[in-house]
Amino acid sequence: MQHSTLELRGLTRRFGAKVAVDGVTLSVPPGQMLGILGRSGAGKSTLLRMINRLIEPSAGTIRYGGADVTALTGKALRDWRSGCAMIFQQFNLIPRLDVLTNVLMGRLNHRPVLSSLFGMFSAEERAMALRALERFDLLETALRRAGQISGGQQQRVAICRALLQEPALLLADEPIASLDPHNARVVMDALRLINREDGLTVLCNLHHIDTARSYCDRIVAMQDGRIVFDGSAGELTSDRVREIYGVSEDEFHGAAMPAGDLMLA
Amino acid sequence: MTEAVEQRWQERHRQRRAATLGYGSLLLVCLAISAWVSEAFPETLARGLPQVGVYFGKLVPALRWEHLLEGPKTEGALAYWFYRIDSWGWMLFETTQIAALATLLGSVAAFCACFAASANLAPNRATYLVCRRVLELFRTVPDIVYALILVYAFGVGPPAGVFAIALHTTGALGKLFAEVVENADMRPWEGVRAAGGTWLHGVRFAILPQVLPNFLSYLLLRFEVNVRGSTVIGFVGAGGIGQELYLVISKNYYDEIGAIIVLIILAVAAIDIFSERLRSWAIGWADR
Repeated sequence: MQHSTLELRGLTRRFGAKVAVDGVTLSVPPGQMLGILGRSGAGKSTLLRMINRLIEPSAGTIRYGGADVTALTGKALRDWRSGCAMIFQQFNLIPRLDVLTNVLMGRLNHRPVLSSLFGMFSAEERAMALRALERFDLLETALRRAGQISGGQQQRVAICRALLQEPALLLADEPIASLDPHNARVVMDALRLINREDGLTVLCNLHHIDTARSYCDRIVAMQDGRIVFDGSAGELTSDRVREIYGVSEDEFHGAAMPAGDLMLA
Repeated sequence: MTEAVEQRWQERHRQRRAATLGYGSLLLVCLAISAWVSEAFPETLARGLPQVGVYFGKLVPALRWEHLLEGPKTEGALAYWFYRIDSWGWMLFETTQIAALATLLGSVAAFCACFAASANLAPNRATYLVCRRVLELFRTVPDIVYALILVYAFGVGPPAGVFAIALHTTGALGKLFAEVVENADMRPWEGVRAAGGTWLHGVRFAILPQVLPNFLSYLLLRFEVNVRGSTVIGFVGAGGIGQELYLVISKNYYDEIGAIIVLIILAVAAIDIFSERLRSWAIGWADR
């Protein structure tokens, strides 16, 4: 897919009476690594899922290059989805299939439906998948079932699957929220690597300010579905955080934990 | 604070006890009504039960210990009782084959329909509702009613039985399959669709690996049910041992009724044990 600027204009999503994303307007130039920051429930995930149309917007438009993404259907929609790969918090691999087949899922939109339904991928595609696995140090897991490897490995397998789509964009929805600090670093390093080396535009949902600061070129902060900050990593100082959210950075992270468990049902 | 929680717990406890008592007495009233309507009174049971014993007494032939293992011409020998074992055996085999073919046909149809009949995968609400209702329609008509109609269409013999059971199986298995699909983990599905995969890709790669072991287990369970079903279906002329059983019952050939029933019990038990093994293997395979 051609590298272009992603333009969101007035993007809104309502779930019943609740407005999850409220009139988001955002322009992401090609090759940027953008961190979307916010506490749980701020609308980050809904925003990302609207971009690849896993969730339909209630209002607003998404444009990429000349194309109106919000109007795509059928084959054109599948082309768009394979052009903007998605990484999920829970990895969303197929646990019962081997790692190599999981990575090859990234090729589904690149070959005729019938042959791919029978799992017939070309030797060239398998070589491509193996090269991707080797790049992220996963070659020895290639024939194991995806459900049997560690979370950090699974997330890197998901990144390999994404790369096989040969996308121009990568949407990462809380990619490290289910991982321990070491694996979180490995996965964030991998995302930055493909941003720098492959030139992919990366949109990454995060809820930890430090991670966003150290990995992203630009940070967008969200609260109650709206963008409340848009600037470079350097501009998001502790003072700005206090100004935006009305709490200190530590309190921001403390409040990001689900508070519901502590309340009396 | 703690008193408040304690009080709410007490309140909830009282509500639960009231609900248990309420629903319990409702259940008892319903039971009493159904007993009254179906005339299932204790004295009816007491009157009828001995007659059952008498009938079973007639089914057991006069076997004699000293001749038990002798040839089919000696009265009192096992071989004399089962003098038509060859043709009964063949008819019993025919019955199991009716069940096997019908289960296979029905499960293929159920497989094709189940994905569109599950709420999480159906492309839209209308498709879901239509598929569900059609499966329901197939399921609500008992297979013996289908058999009556199909015997008229195909004539007396096994084909009517095969199609009759297959139709009912489609409905019954389709619903069970759809429920398995509805319980599937949707994260792999999201992953495949987000990678640009089609609906069929999602079914093939994200759903199928999860549901296949359960499908296999339900299919085998249905095969057991269908073996029993196909013995009864012969009563209306749809082939197999049932047709013969109906004949000997209507003519009061008590010895032959007994022999055939013994054979059916043996065959059904053997198939149940075999299929039980296969099913536990399939479930073990699922947990692997």
